[in-house]
Amino acid sequence: MEKMLLNIGPSHPAMHGTIQIKVELDGERIIKADVEIGYLHRGFEKTAEHRTYMQVLPYTDRLNYVSPLLNNLAYAMAVEKLLGIDVPPRAKWLRMIFGEISRITDHLTCIAPVGMELGAFTVFLYMIKAREFLWNVLDATTGARLTTSYIRIGGVKADVPENFQDLLKKALQETRKAVKDVHGLLSKNPIFLKRTRDVAVVSQEEALSYGFTGPVLRSTGYYYDVRKAFPYLYYDQVDFEVPLGERGDNYDRYMVRMKEIDQSIRIIEQSLEKMEKGPVRSEDEVVEAYEAIKASHEGKYLDGKLKLGPNLEGMEKEVYYQIMAKVPQYILPPKEDLYRTMEGMIRHFKLIMSGHGLQPPAGEVYVPVEGGNGELGFYIVSDGGDRPYRLHLRAPVFSIMSALAKMIEGHYIADVIPTFASINMIGGELDR
Amino acid sequence: MGLDQEIEKEFSLERIETADDIPTYYCEKEELLPLMEKLKKDFEILLDITAVDYLGKREKRFEVVYLLLSLTKKLRLRIKVKLDQGEKVSTLSFLWKNANWLEREVYDMFGIEFEGHPDLRRILLYPEFKGHPLRKDYPLKKSQPRIELLRPERE
Repeated sequence: MEKMLLNIGPSHPAMHGTIQIKVELDGERIIKADVEIGYLHRGFEKTAEHRTYMQVLPYTDRLNYVSPLLNNLAYAMAVEKLLGIDVPPRAKWLRMIFGEISRITDHLTCIAPVGMELGAFTVFLYMIKAREFLWNVLDATTGARLTTSYIRIGGVKADVPENFQDLLKKALQETRKAVKDVHGLLSKNPIFLKRTRDVAVVSQEEALSYGFTGPVLRSTGYYYDVRKAFPYLYYDQVDFEVPLGERGDNYDRYMVRMKEIDQSIRIIEQSLEKMEKGPVRSEDEVVEAYEAIKASHEGKYLDGKLKLGPNLEGMEKEVYYQIMAKVPQYILPPKEDLYRTMEGMIRHFKLIMSGHGLQPPAGEVYVPVEGGNGELGFYIVSDGGDRPYRLHLRAPVFSIMSALAKMIEGHYIADVIPTFASINMIGGELDR
Repeated sequence: MGLDQEIEKEFSLERIETADDIPTYYCEKEELLPLMEKLKKDFEILLDITAVDYLGKREKRFEVVYLLLSLTKKLRLRIKVKLDQGEKVSTLSFLWKNANWLEREVYDMFGIEFEGHPDLRRILLYPEFKGHPLRKDYPLKKSQPRIELLRPERE
């Protein structure tokens, strides 16, 4: 028997993300595989030790870049736990809605390439189209499509715009349609079944031993979801199911993700109903910010609503404390206070200033959320300063990737890419 | 909530309080392996292994942090081991399979060696890399380019 060594990656047209897989082949069958990661390592944890707590937040967008809001959420919740502050109810509902939107985009971005790698390019286009609608919703509220930094320490950045409900409902309708179409195209497609059924099977014991969480663990039939086991936000007040697989193969991983999209839509719809109607933003006379600042220099206070820049939309004082915790020593004041009053100015300055800033008490904290790929948790050690002493991300993909070599051994070389796609490796999260 | 009384008595564990209500214990490094073998029955998942460098702040420089999850008990547990520079701790890769990669990462970033690890080499960084970047004495801006640069980097 003549063996052949083949290098797939790190730069390969079919690889999603930079990663190298060295495979030893007997014909087309893989005898041995070795996975080499780290091509996207950019020292996130080291950088975080040298940034203030607020400055770390934008970095978290770039971890799992297909569901940035869930990373924001995990980080913000970890810091809040360290500070011991609570978030207002409206902010919690908004966090849930946007977290679930992120989960849907994550799953869509995972399933789309699975289809594409197996020759179903239509699936890719349908899924990406649905994702586009969801990103429009994110865009309308957060001002960005991908790197949103929307969930902040203490709440969320801004309240939703007035046409939010309509936009979201339309996007969810499109997503439902796409999911239905893809079910029709793939779920009973004999070619798809042949390529995914019983490929890269992981048994339940193995999945646990490898530390799998999230959809990949649930595809083996094991019931564990952070949202159910350790409810956070208002997940205990909404009604949703946790889809399970049976065999733990590529098909089950695909199916669990498809069903989870439906459940996420259910959560969003219930949250929209249960969330209290936000305060109506008045449209009375508008004062330019520079006028207010000028008047404050002369000791005057200009009445009326302040005209804020488009990037500050949704942060008006009327809504600010509905979406942000009212903890003056940790949370920035609303912009109206900053421009008009000396106290607001001082508070803002103190919180932004290097060496002052947000200084949580010394201690350590680990807060997990259910990310797109599993349990996503931040471990933060604080020494009482304004920068984290040590920050570590528990990346769900890291544990799953450690099993990839085992999963593809004994299968054909053509199964590597679909398997790899079905576990949704995200380089940003894996390599940090 | 916490560990069973029996286990607490059998091993010399020291409980500390943390901000997140996860029971946290300090464990002697010799006792780590027998303790983990006992805990394996209840705690199915090894969530994470990481380390913290307390250079100049604590008596022993490193603390290796193990995070376990029990799905039957719905409990997370944190075990910490204090290590001095150059001290080794036994590997857990025979108990939980993902410990293999997690320990490689700790070795890569902190230079802590795990006794009995089957394949202890760098994971995120390349083999030629010198030093361990998450140690506190590794400078933030130090770069180790793999090709010779035409112009030296600015400080």
